[in-house]
Formats: sequence, C-alpha cells, structure tokens
Amino acid sequence: MKKKIITTISMFCLTLTSCFSFTACGNDAASSDTLVVLNYGKYIEADVLKRFQEETGITVKYEEYESVEDMYAKYKAGSINYDVICTSDYMIETLRQEGELIPIDYNSLEYYKNIDPAIIEASESFDPSHKYTVPYFYGTVGILYNTKMVDEETVSSWESLWDPAYKNQIVMINSQRDAFMVPLKMLGYDINTTKKAELDEAFDMLCDEKQYVYAYLMDETYECMVSEDAAMAVCYSGEAAMGMEYNDNLAYTVPKEGGNLWIDSWFVPRTCKHYDAAMKWIDFMCEEEAATANFEYVWYATPNLTVADNEDEETLADETVFPTKETLARCDIYKAYDNETLDYTTTLWKKLKAY
Amino acid sequence: MKKVKKGASAAYLALIFLFLYAPILVLIVLSFNNSMSRTVWGGFTLNWYHNLPSNDTIMDALWTTLRITLSSSIFATILGTTAAIGINRMKKHHAAIMLGATNIPLLNADIVTGISLMLLFTRFTSLGEFSVVLAHIAFSVPYVIFNVLPRLQSMSDACIEAAMDLGATPIYTFYKIVLPEIFPGVLSGFLMAFTMSLDDFTITYFTKGAGVNTLSTMLYTELRKGIQPELYALSTLLFLLAFLMLIATNFKGLNKKEAQRV
Repeated sequence: MKKKIITTISMFCLTLTSCFSFTACGNDAASSDTLVVLNYGKYIEADVLKRFQEETGITVKYEEYESVEDMYAKYKAGSINYDVICTSDYMIETLRQEGELIPIDYNSLEYYKNIDPAIIEASESFDPSHKYTVPYFYGTVGILYNTKMVDEETVSSWESLWDPAYKNQIVMINSQRDAFMVPLKMLGYDINTTKKAELDEAFDMLCDEKQYVYAYLMDETYECMVSEDAAMAVCYSGEAAMGMEYNDNLAYTVPKEGGNLWIDSWFVPRTCKHYDAAMKWIDFMCEEEAATANFEYVWYATPNLTVADNEDEETLADETVFPTKETLARCDIYKAYDNETLDYTTTLWKKLKAY
Repeated sequence: MKKVKKGASAAYLALIFLFLYAPILVLIVLSFNNSMSRTVWGGFTLNWYHNLPSNDTIMDALWTTLRITLSSSIFATILGTTAAIGINRMKKHHAAIMLGATNIPLLNADIVTGISLMLLFTRFTSLGEFSVVLAHIAFSVPYVIFNVLPRLQSMSDACIEAAMDLGATPIYTFYKIVLPEIFPGVLSGFLMAFTMSLDDFTITYFTKGAGVNTLSTMLYTELRKGIQPELYALSTLLFLLAFLMLIATNFKGLNKKEAQRV
C-alpha cells in the first residue's frame, strides 16, 4: 500500500515537471512571432511599441536597462536570448571586438534611407565597415549653464570650469569617460588617447578643478540646475534639454574646444533567434511616424531625416536638441579602451574621487 | 525640571517621527505636484491620480506584481503550513536538521539566492513570469514555517486525540481542530510572505524573463530619465492602503483588550 502511494506520488511529480519543461521548451523555441528587445529605460514611446505589435502580429518582450554597464552584464549573463539591442557607441565596439554581433541585412530595410548619412558616416568609428548598426538617437556632451549667473562668453571654453569665480557652483559629470574627456579636449589631445602621460596631465587638471566643484552628479544634474543650486554643469544634451524645459534661465553649449558625440544604435546580437522579426523591428524604428513619436517622447537628436518635416522651426532651430554641423565637427566619438587603459583610467578616477 | 525632561522627550520623539515619515511626506506632496520635476513646485493637481489607470507601463507592472505576489504567497502558505505540521511531528534530531535547512534561505544574502536561482532556471527551464513565482515561493516558505510552527507547538495533542477517538478522520480533524487553532499563525505567515514578495527587488531582478516587470524592477529602469509622477501617486495610494490596514488591525486589537478587561 505504502509503496503504491509513493509510486503514484513520484509519477505525479514526474508528469508535473515534464509538463513544465515542455511548456518551457515551447516558450524557448517560440515561433517566429515573438521578439525579445533590450533597450535603455524610457527610450521608446509606448504607443510605438503597441502599434508595432498590432501591425506585424509579433509579440514583443520588451526589456529595459539602466546603464551601459548594466546592459553588458545582462547580455553576458546569457539567461535571456535577446534578439535586438540598442546601446551606445563604445559598448557596441566592445561587443563587436568580442564577436558578438550579427551583420544587418540592409536590403530588407525599407526605411533605412531615412537615416542621416552624416550620422551613419560618424558611426563608422565604432562600426568601421558599417555592417552591424542602425543609429537610433545621438547627442553631445557640453555645458548646461544658468544665464543669470554665467554669460555666454565665459562658457564658450571648458576653461570656465576652472574659474575661481565659480567656486562651489560647478557640477561635474560623474562618469569616468566624460570627465576625462573635458581636460583632454582642453589640452588639445585626442579624447581616446591611451598615452599615460596625457592621461596623467588630464588627471592633474581634474584634481585641480575639484576645489571648485560643487558635486559630481549624473542623473540628478538637471534637477540641481533647475533648482539653481549651481551655475554650470557638464552634462548630456538630452539632460540639458530636459532641464531647460523647467527653467527658462538655463542654456546649453558645446565649448569651442569641442566635446563628445554619442550615438545609440540598434544591433543584432549573436543570441538572436528571430532574425526576420528583428529586421522588421529595426525597420519600424526608422519609419517616419514611429521615429517622430519616439523623438517627441525622448527629446534627443534623431538621425531620422523625415522627422524634420513634422516639427516646427523652433524645435529644429534648438541647438540643444539638434547640434549644428559646426558643433558636430568639433565633437569626437569614444572608442572602446583596451583593458590596460581602462584599468589605468579607473585607478586615476578613483584617486580623484578619493582625494 | 520635570517639564524640561518631558519637553525633551517629546522633541526627541518628534525628531524620530520626522526621520521616519518625512520621506513619505515628500513623496505624497510630489504626487500632487503639477510638474514633472522633483524640485519645482508647479501647483496643486490631481492629474497624476487621474492618469494613473491609463498609464500602461505602471498598470502592467502593478498587475504583474499582484499576480506574482498573490500566487506565490498562497502557494508558499500551503507548502509552509504542511511543512510545519510535518516538522512538528518529527523526532527532535530530524526537526533540528529541517529547521536548520529552512534557516539557510532566510540568512542567505538575496543576491546569492537570486543568482543561484537564475542559474538553476536557465539550466532547466526558461526565465519568464513563472520563474519569478517559483523563486518567490522558494524564499517565502521559511517565513510561513516560522510563523506556523510555534502555534503547533503550543497546541495540545489532547484535542486531536479526542476528535480521532470520536471517530473523526485525520482530514476532518485537520479542518475542524488543527486549522482553526493554528489559523492566526497561518494568516501572519501569509501576510509575511505577501510583503516579502511585494518588496523583493534583487531576486526578481535576476530571475525575471524579458519583458516581465514588477513595480520594483520597473522603477529601477526608470531612474535614468526621471520617475514618472504617476508612480508617486501609486506609491501614495499603496502607503495609504497599508496605513488604513494598520489602523484597522490596531483598533480591533484595542477593542479586544478592552473587552477582556471588562
């Protein structure tokens, strides 16, 4: 009797587990109508996502991440097979060097022609033969300043950040790569330099600047500027545009020495299981209506040329959102550091923060 | 002198309460702020409450959270209660081993539990909403066991023996005698499991599949570009709900005590 009960129970358990594993397999092998997308948080208009699913019949599993490093960890964990991912330039380069990218079939993209050739050309710095990426948004790093406290003339150079007159009124960007970019540009060096002497020189300048810095911030920068706690801040153009919406006294500029141009692009990783759906997704992002909706939601510069037809002149003239050709010419794109340089700058950065 | 002492203690208490409740107060104030910014006051509005039901991301996350929390805590309560009954009947030596085993998930760091569960799930099934439910059950069961076990231990065997003597089947005895006796423990175990599951971020973050978002994991991805004010509204509502429940249970407790005194 007892034996019988035990066998019945174990049979039951077995069927139960096999049921689960079957359904699991079913999910995994998922027919061509699902798509796993990984994107920055709040980087798409919700209706665009809905419309894509309605129009193509593809179910989208939409996953978001907070920072580039976050994305790398998520992807490398390998627990989810992503089909299409959007991330920033130097991370794409890293992944390309690791052989994680699958070429994009540009011929199957109907709306790829909407993308600005200038941005495509610029993205060749991280995707040399342009085989793997489709640009999504781009922007610059510059100075957001309060016109009541600082005049335009002063912030036309990065040197303003070393001006004793603004002691404790400067917000510095709390990101290693961007922070080093500032003195490197000022000194006229390449922002992707791997020469230790140049990096050391930049480090000394950052240490010197620290006495004037009010705080090292990233996401809170615009809040800090809106509440007028600081006079100027180094930040992303998107962040600046957000701040300017709340406070009319704020303005944004890329100093004459130049800055950084960043490009976020779509790419297909090696884990892709639904290549055709991924192509449809990328194509949909390039389409006029979707791109316009996304632009109006995200408010970063869009490489999609058709969006301009739908926006008024005031928006298009807004140099914070759309950097001019002259500004772009002054800006460089980051390249992925080799391990040694990465370690070295990380050490310097830690020293700076601790000092 | 006495007055000074009294005043000082009142001030101290006020300070403690300020520390505890000021953050929540700020949140509540922000939920009425007619501006997306966290620092600019744009006037009073009920807009965020009004927009809340039509905000798909938040509502999706809310329903997912409730689904996961309810199903995992109900399942964990059933599992935990039966486990507690079993442990209660064990020999001392075995019971000690079992209790030790239940202690491990409680003491283990969330991140270790999360990563090991993730590795397990990716090996044998795929990550999705179901894997989160399984993970939540796994870490809630110990809470139920530790809530139910003391009740069982303080219960005398005489009632059970009497019922069985009078011809009740074991199952009938369980429903008529054991369950009513241990019910407060089961309920508090359920509530514990519920709150733990509702709160959890780390384990959910590692075991969720693509596109599955609970409130906590959604909030995390929102941080980069600022939190939607509708979330303040939702948090305020959740806080009020918890607050009302707390008041209700406390009043009930007070009434009982007074009744006993009489």
